[in-house]
Amino acid sequence: MAMTDGYSTGIRSWLTTVDHKRIAIMYFVVGFVFLLIAGVEGQLIRLQLATPERSFLDPDLYNQLFTMHGTTMVFFAGMPLVVAFFNFVVPLQIGARDVAFPRLNAFSFWVFLFGGLFLYASVPLRVMPDGGWFAYMPLTNPEYSPGPGIDFYVLALLISGVGSIAGGLNFLVTILNMRAPGMTFMRMPLFTWMALIVSALILLAFPPFTVGLIFMLFDRRFGTHFFDAAAGADPVLWQHLFWVFGHPEVYILILPAFGIVSDVIPTFSRKILFGYPVVVFSGVLIAFLGFGVWVHHMFSVGLGPVVNAVFGGATMLIAIPTGIKIFNWIATMWGGRLRFRTAMLFAVGLVATFTIGGLSGVMHSSPPADLQQTDTYFVVAHFHYVLIGGTVFGLFCGFYYWFPKATGRMLHEGLGKAHFWLSFIALNVTFFPMHFSGLLGMPRRTYTYAEGLGLDVFNLISTVGAFIFTLSFVPLVWNLWRTWRRGEAAGHNPWDASTLEWTMASPPPHYNFAEIPAVDRRDPLWHPYIEPESRAEGDEPGGAVPRRQPDEPPAPVVMPNPSYWPLVLAVGMLLMTIGGLGSLGLTLFGLLVTAVGLFAWAFEPAFGEEAH
Amino acid sequence: MEGPTSTGIPNRKLAMWAFIGSECMLFGTLIATYMIYRGRNLVPPYPHDLLNIPFITITTFVLLMSSLMMVLALAAVQKNDLRATKLWLGLTALFGLIFLGGQYYEFSHFVHEGLPLSRNLFSSTFFVLTGTHGAHVAGGVIWLSTLLVRTVQGQLDARHAETVEIAGLYWHFVDVVWIILFTLIYLLV
Repeated sequence: MAMTDGYSTGIRSWLTTVDHKRIAIMYFVVGFVFLLIAGVEGQLIRLQLATPERSFLDPDLYNQLFTMHGTTMVFFAGMPLVVAFFNFVVPLQIGARDVAFPRLNAFSFWVFLFGGLFLYASVPLRVMPDGGWFAYMPLTNPEYSPGPGIDFYVLALLISGVGSIAGGLNFLVTILNMRAPGMTFMRMPLFTWMALIVSALILLAFPPFTVGLIFMLFDRRFGTHFFDAAAGADPVLWQHLFWVFGHPEVYILILPAFGIVSDVIPTFSRKILFGYPVVVFSGVLIAFLGFGVWVHHMFSVGLGPVVNAVFGGATMLIAIPTGIKIFNWIATMWGGRLRFRTAMLFAVGLVATFTIGGLSGVMHSSPPADLQQTDTYFVVAHFHYVLIGGTVFGLFCGFYYWFPKATGRMLHEGLGKAHFWLSFIALNVTFFPMHFSGLLGMPRRTYTYAEGLGLDVFNLISTVGAFIFTLSFVPLVWNLWRTWRRGEAAGHNPWDASTLEWTMASPPPHYNFAEIPAVDRRDPLWHPYIEPESRAEGDEPGGAVPRRQPDEPPAPVVMPNPSYWPLVLAVGMLLMTIGGLGSLGLTLFGLLVTAVGLFAWAFEPAFGEEAH
Repeated sequence: MEGPTSTGIPNRKLAMWAFIGSECMLFGTLIATYMIYRGRNLVPPYPHDLLNIPFITITTFVLLMSSLMMVLALAAVQKNDLRATKLWLGLTALFGLIFLGGQYYEFSHFVHEGLPLSRNLFSSTFFVLTGTHGAHVAGGVIWLSTLLVRTVQGQLDARHAETVEIAGLYWHFVDVVWIILFTLIYLLV
């Protein structure tokens, strides 16, 4: 499974790599580990709630676990797994040799990793944050949360947020500027389109959150009064700053999954995507509306009927572009020659389960209904349907789809299908009963519940479902192990897919494209004159042709140099972050390291000599 | 690798524009917070007790003039007039430094008059908003000084005009932000 094609090996080559495919693998591995950790945290929560009045976890530890579960899943599992796919797929799909700023890309990864490690340093120190992933003020002010737990939350998200913004910047410029000749906007694959939209979302949504975190840090460490009602401030400001980021954040997590299934469903239906421009602009519209609906997380605050009605209406509007996408996927499958490989199963699973989660979402877009549902398990059911049934299924779909390209090996289909069915069943068994326990009034974030309220059986079913979830990872890990030992070779284009990443060998060579292709249509590999199914193995694909004249020599391949400085810069920022816990000296030292890294970075040559 | 790009805009320049877009959200949030909390301060001193409009008008003028110097520096480097480049880059950085000196004087005066950071809602919002802007100016001064040193070393000429242009984009943006802050904090006090 090692990628040795044109690569140096050894630990040093990974520490200094600026190659988007290697950075993708690092993002994926670290994100997957955090997914497992946060999954275990969720499993512990379900164990505590299996039966009424259990004392498996004490209330304090329970608060810490649900905080870590949510924070980890969103920031250290969901986002890096999304970015892993951006990294691996986007340059290949647009016909580029790397991203626009390869060293910045490495820097983004390192600060994300350090942010996650910093957050988890609170676990052995026994000071895990316990204010929920939303960390509402005034609960998180120094008076009510005196320990360092919340500081770990604030500082970890500040440092990893820097990496996210840098990543958004990088992929925005990459997609706008690095497209192969002929790859116009309306010829871009859907995944690249969604990556472009999400990059813009990251750039615009993270700064308000960053400012909110800085306010919180200053309130906690320097005695400012941003959220102090006694000084005339309004603690609700935190909720606004959090959710004006937090709602776009859910689209940052779901739109890439939509992009993945929009590439996978046509491939396994043997049909081009139904209504391509409509799917694209639905994605743009979802992102745009996503900035105008944050108050639906705050209906119970009491901002007044007019505000609530406006935001409720805007929220309902989002159902329209989302519904359009669902119908486009169904129409793509309609009359197609469907092949239910594992990736396709996850894609169809997403269409089904995301629709359920979307419907309950429309239910609580109505403020009066939401007031009944706020802070109950009904909301927990809703967002797990969209985040697991949407984001996680979409990411697994992409994993099964692009794994052969990334490693050159095929995964086992039977084990893949076992993984799909187990997780599909587990999702519904765990979270469907929460609709009922929620409507019966079971509150979220409460460590237990009394007997005889009619909640017992629903909770027991949910806990059984969580165990099935854990079990679903067995075929996945077995599959990886089996493929490592004896996976069959994948070839260039095992699914007969239509986009540029399937033109080169699997795994792709270091430089991706020996020659940058010229693109003259959407779905370039499905050339109308060569029917995909009649094409023999090794046939040259049409539609993506080298732009060089036959007698012209190929242009030289110039690749970015490996560099230590992104890592040094990230270490400097980590030191500043640790210093933020209370050591000014360490913060200043970190600043110095950061400055040294920045200057060394600026003055080293970014690109190497010709390396064909 | 810096060949022609799909949009025709160089990668670094496009990245700076995108970064400025992101920074608009950052300063937008800080400014919105300041405006929401304006007039809600419960503990003295209050803004009108301390804000010295004539003094800040002078440093504002200096910062505005630094933008003019920046434009002249870019024009000079594009013509490969390195003597003028050094002069205008140096003056841009110097004017930035004068502005920062004024801010240092203002901050220490406020603290002396009984308005440390943690005093009240006004001190919290004022220092964090103007301090974030000041940090941006400081970063710009370091950047421009680096370009100046590179020019003196003979490492920067007309071939690097784009680098100066990108630094200029950043510098003008920081200037524009200050015009907004000056209006909202001082003139509307």
